Amino acid sequence: MSENILTVKDLKTYFFTASGVAKAVDGVSFNIAKGETMGIVGESGSGKSVTSNSVIRLLPPRTGKIVGGGIDFEGKDVLALSKKDLLDFRGKDIAVIFQDPMTSLDPVFKIGNQMVEMIMAHQSVTKKEAWDMAVEALNKVGIPEPEKRMNSYPYELSGGMCQRVIIAMAVCCKPKLIIADEPTTALDVTVQAQVLELLKDLQKEMDTAILLITHNLGVVWEMCDKVMVMYAGNTVEFTDTKTLYSNPKHPYTWGLLDSMPKLTDESKGELTAIPGTPPDLRLTGKCCNFYNRCPYMTEVCTQSVPPLVEVEPGHLVACHRQNLENTLVRGAGSKDE
Amino acid sequence: MSDDKKVILKIEHLTKEFEIKSKKLGEKPQILHALNDVSVDVYEGETLGVIGESGCGKSTFGRTLIQLHKATAGTVTFEGKNLFSLKGQELKQVKKDIQMVFQDPYSSLDPRKTAGKLIEEPLIVHKLVPDKAAREARVLELMREVGLDIQHVHRFPHEFSGGQRQRINVARALAMNPKVIVCDEPVSALDVSIQAQVLNLFNRLQKEHNLTYIFISHDLGVIKHVSDRIAILYLGRIVELCDADAIYENPMHPYTKALLSAIPPVSPFEKKERIVLKGDIPSPIGDQIGCPLAGRCPNCMEKCKKETPQLKDTGDGHQVACFQYE
Repeated sequence: MSENILTVKDLKTYFFTASGVAKAVDGVSFNIAKGETMGIVGESGSGKSVTSNSVIRLLPPRTGKIVGGGIDFEGKDVLALSKKDLLDFRGKDIAVIFQDPMTSLDPVFKIGNQMVEMIMAHQSVTKKEAWDMAVEALNKVGIPEPEKRMNSYPYELSGGMCQRVIIAMAVCCKPKLIIADEPTTALDVTVQAQVLELLKDLQKEMDTAILLITHNLGVVWEMCDKVMVMYAGNTVEFTDTKTLYSNPKHPYTWGLLDSMPKLTDESKGELTAIPGTPPDLRLTGKCCNFYNRCPYMTEVCTQSVPPLVEVEPGHLVACHRQNLENTLVRGAGSKDE
Repeated sequence: MSDDKKVILKIEHLTKEFEIKSKKLGEKPQILHALNDVSVDVYEGETLGVIGESGCGKSTFGRTLIQLHKATAGTVTFEGKNLFSLKGQELKQVKKDIQMVFQDPYSSLDPRKTAGKLIEEPLIVHKLVPDKAAREARVLELMREVGLDIQHVHRFPHEFSGGQRQRINVARALAMNPKVIVCDEPVSALDVSIQAQVLNLFNRLQKEHNLTYIFISHDLGVIKHVSDRIAILYLGRIVELCDADAIYENPMHPYTKALLSAIPPVSPFEKKERIVLKGDIPSPIGDQIGCPLAGRCPNCMEKCKKETPQLKDTGDGHQVACFQYE
């Protein structure tokens, strides 16, 4: 195992709203090593984006607060960084690729100007040098005629092209970690394939770590080395990708895997859906968050929060019925049978 | 597809062009070809899946069918009547039989009406149940049918989750006792676990009411799951039309093959051979010459650049529009 560049320990990010405190992220720990790709999967509202935004401290002012835990990036305590240090930290050490490529670029500036501005903010280069670096980066991400594209406005490019520009901006400063927050959700499958391919190539070339946030398990299978499954602000399962597919342990992961419509299924079959809806984040934290949707629920699940236990080396699960003492078998003894 | 099935919707040469007004005075407007000569029969009780990338015309297809857009050319025959020539009461009657469920459950419901009022609305508009008490009973029956809690009848849309809102939309469509429901990406705004619930609901309702669906989506996994037959749309044309299982087992059109290979793997152990299409979808604006895929196709021939291939049957009802198979 090579050294970890990012260590997140027991991170707690709460949102203080008028109607109560929403525990968006409630005790999440993970670390990412150099050149590694880690995925975070979960449904909307599970806290995956809040986790990644907490890492770069990009939370809404006043309402969103990191109330506990620590974030360590190469020995730097991210939570203690000053405003000035943060500017340098974001972009140079960690670059972010957001979901919607069309809205992450400023529509009134040419792509070239936006890229040059970004490069000059982080590196001491002249405008001419920055321009050349930008052209080179655009070339690297496979944009045809990069010199010409530098003078285009974002609206003149398609969604896939815009996402390439954003990736180019992200890699310009050679960050050590790229956070990709649903980078392909707004794109078509054929374009998604191109973008994922590009991210993999760049990673190999620059030995960057990637934190990939997605709700699409297919993308996880393709990209990630290890993966964390989140539900209602908690980690429910954390292991390497292959183990998660071949030997998932948490009932929520089972539900997630089953409810994905797969191409290999026969058509018109019944999907095994997870009944119910995710809990209100203002009310979590007293019991297992998944108990009301879980077919394996017992009394203990309603009484205390299950701790994250390492059931096998490198395989962490948070479930009362799936720990060192108990073993739950998928599909056995559920209420439906 | 067997011949004994009844054709409920016969779509012939459906074409939709949008005019894009030029900025310059007196210049001729440009034409955007959203749908190009689309012909397909929809059988009673089946689900026709329509798949394609953004901008391929799949939503225009659904909207033209229910006449939210006026078709430029072509006909749609529903139970022997040409939909586009109907007027007045007759048209209203037909519109009742063909309903639509839209993509975004957040914007397709009036935020100032309660769930009960929303479901009641179509019943009032079409004067289906004149008696107020009977109408309220029908609303509750519909709510139960789509799996909504009847205690939530006085709630407003913002109090429901995305999946529940989509259920309200389905209940509204179902209120008319329709024969055909056009579903335009009904699950793409939902999370996987909720998506599975709604897909199961669609399948159950189809069995119970003998509904015919035209199911539009960009997600091949979803389409494969609900459809009997699948039409693949590219740049306003159907490039392949076949049984749902055949598309996975025996894709023929180069675009279908590329689309399938672009889908993320079903397991981390699967290693796929990627067929990468170069570039983006060409613009649908202006004159369309040759095969729409010609510029991106790995086995493009001289002929492809000049002529447009027509949809031809290759046996077993598997239709494909490509010169390779002629």
